[in-house]
Amino acid sequence: MKVAITAKGNDLKSEVEPRFGRCQWFLLVDIDTNEVEVIDNTENVNRAGGAGIGATELIASKGAEALITGHCGPNAFTTLNAAGIKVFLGGQGRVEEMLEKLKKGELQAVEAPDVKGHW
Amino acid sequence: MSSESRIVMTIAVASGKGGTGKTTIATNLAAVFASRGCTTAYVDCDVEAPNGHIFLKPKIAQSWTSGVPTPKIDAEKCDGCGECGKICQFSAIVVIKGKVLTFPDLCHGCGGCSLVCPMHAIEEVEHEIGTVEVGLSGEIKYIAGRLRIGEAMSPPLIRAVKLEIPSDSIVLIDSPPGTSCPMIEAVRGADYVVLVTEPTPFGLNDLKLAVETVRELSRPFGVVINQCDIGDSQVEAYCRKEEIPILEQIPHDRSVAEDYSRGHLLVESSKDMRAYFNRLADKVLAANRESSTSKSASL
Repeated sequence: MKVAITAKGNDLKSEVEPRFGRCQWFLLVDIDTNEVEVIDNTENVNRAGGAGIGATELIASKGAEALITGHCGPNAFTTLNAAGIKVFLGGQGRVEEMLEKLKKGELQAVEAPDVKGHW
Repeated sequence: MSSESRIVMTIAVASGKGGTGKTTIATNLAAVFASRGCTTAYVDCDVEAPNGHIFLKPKIAQSWTSGVPTPKIDAEKCDGCGECGKICQFSAIVVIKGKVLTFPDLCHGCGGCSLVCPMHAIEEVEHEIGTVEVGLSGEIKYIAGRLRIGEAMSPPLIRAVKLEIPSDSIVLIDSPPGTSCPMIEAVRGADYVVLVTEPTPFGLNDLKLAVETVRELSRPFGVVINQCDIGDSQVEAYCRKEEIPILEQIPHDRSVAEDYSRGHLLVESSKDMRAYFNRLADKVLAANRESSTSKSASL
């Protein structure tokens, strides 16, 4: 399964970025093979609106099946849902720590957004 | 009829900072022009918080809803090609895993998606964003927009409001605060812009932004310093340095605040205020004459 994690930097030691749509980087990790793809999210960082929707299109096109981030607004959530991407919120600390938690089954996928748009 | 009564001119009253007195200036200027016998219209483009009606107390003759055309997908015809999502710059329509999602709140109503759809699967339906109302306040024609609560985009409604502007009047446009799209939509095309500010660091900061914006739009403009005796002299110094005309300085006055809070027009309740606003009206007319002379001279 490929998991996209919002990050402040472009390696697994980076901090998790709490924002989804406007994070600078996505680290797309295949948790079966441990392969990592670095995705630059600049196009959505600079968007006037709809960043979460654009970010979902981006990670969906790269084959993400799950997302770990801090928070997620309603439009992003609707789009993630349509893309069949599981959403894990409350991400913090280093990217590699969140991956460990996911592997151990300590993260719970959410059924609803936790913030309004543009929080 | 005096020559003044036939003046046709659009004056936008704007500011960077909110709460500086745009509506006070716009409604009282409208009242002054109307009292001189000019055909006058007041246009409330501050559609997120229209409050000119509090002072003008218009009789609304007509109101109607206004909207933007948003896409509706015919799932039978759609083959999920994604062309609509590619053309939309606002993520108002996206195709995810062959499914089309639309977000009417984000849609600017350009119609691009329905134009590019090869399957002709997109129909445009009106998404209501607010109402436009027109009426009369004495001799003043009143035109206003009111954005529906929760709507994010006001420029299409501001455009709908501006369509109602008569072509034979002195028009006072009450602009939304700030310097983003709504303000630009309101100010665009005005013959003259009155920037209202207050002599505080906040007032100055936002005035500078407004000045940059109005210069970018190539509109002639001047500044009114409201409550000129509070705060400091930085705004005045800035205007002098930038060679921006200070049209009027209106002092802070408790009785003005009281009249305002009762919804009274200042020019009706205070002789002093009538004098200030008459002078301001003269200066705006003079500035307009000057700029139209220099325009024709440069042609």
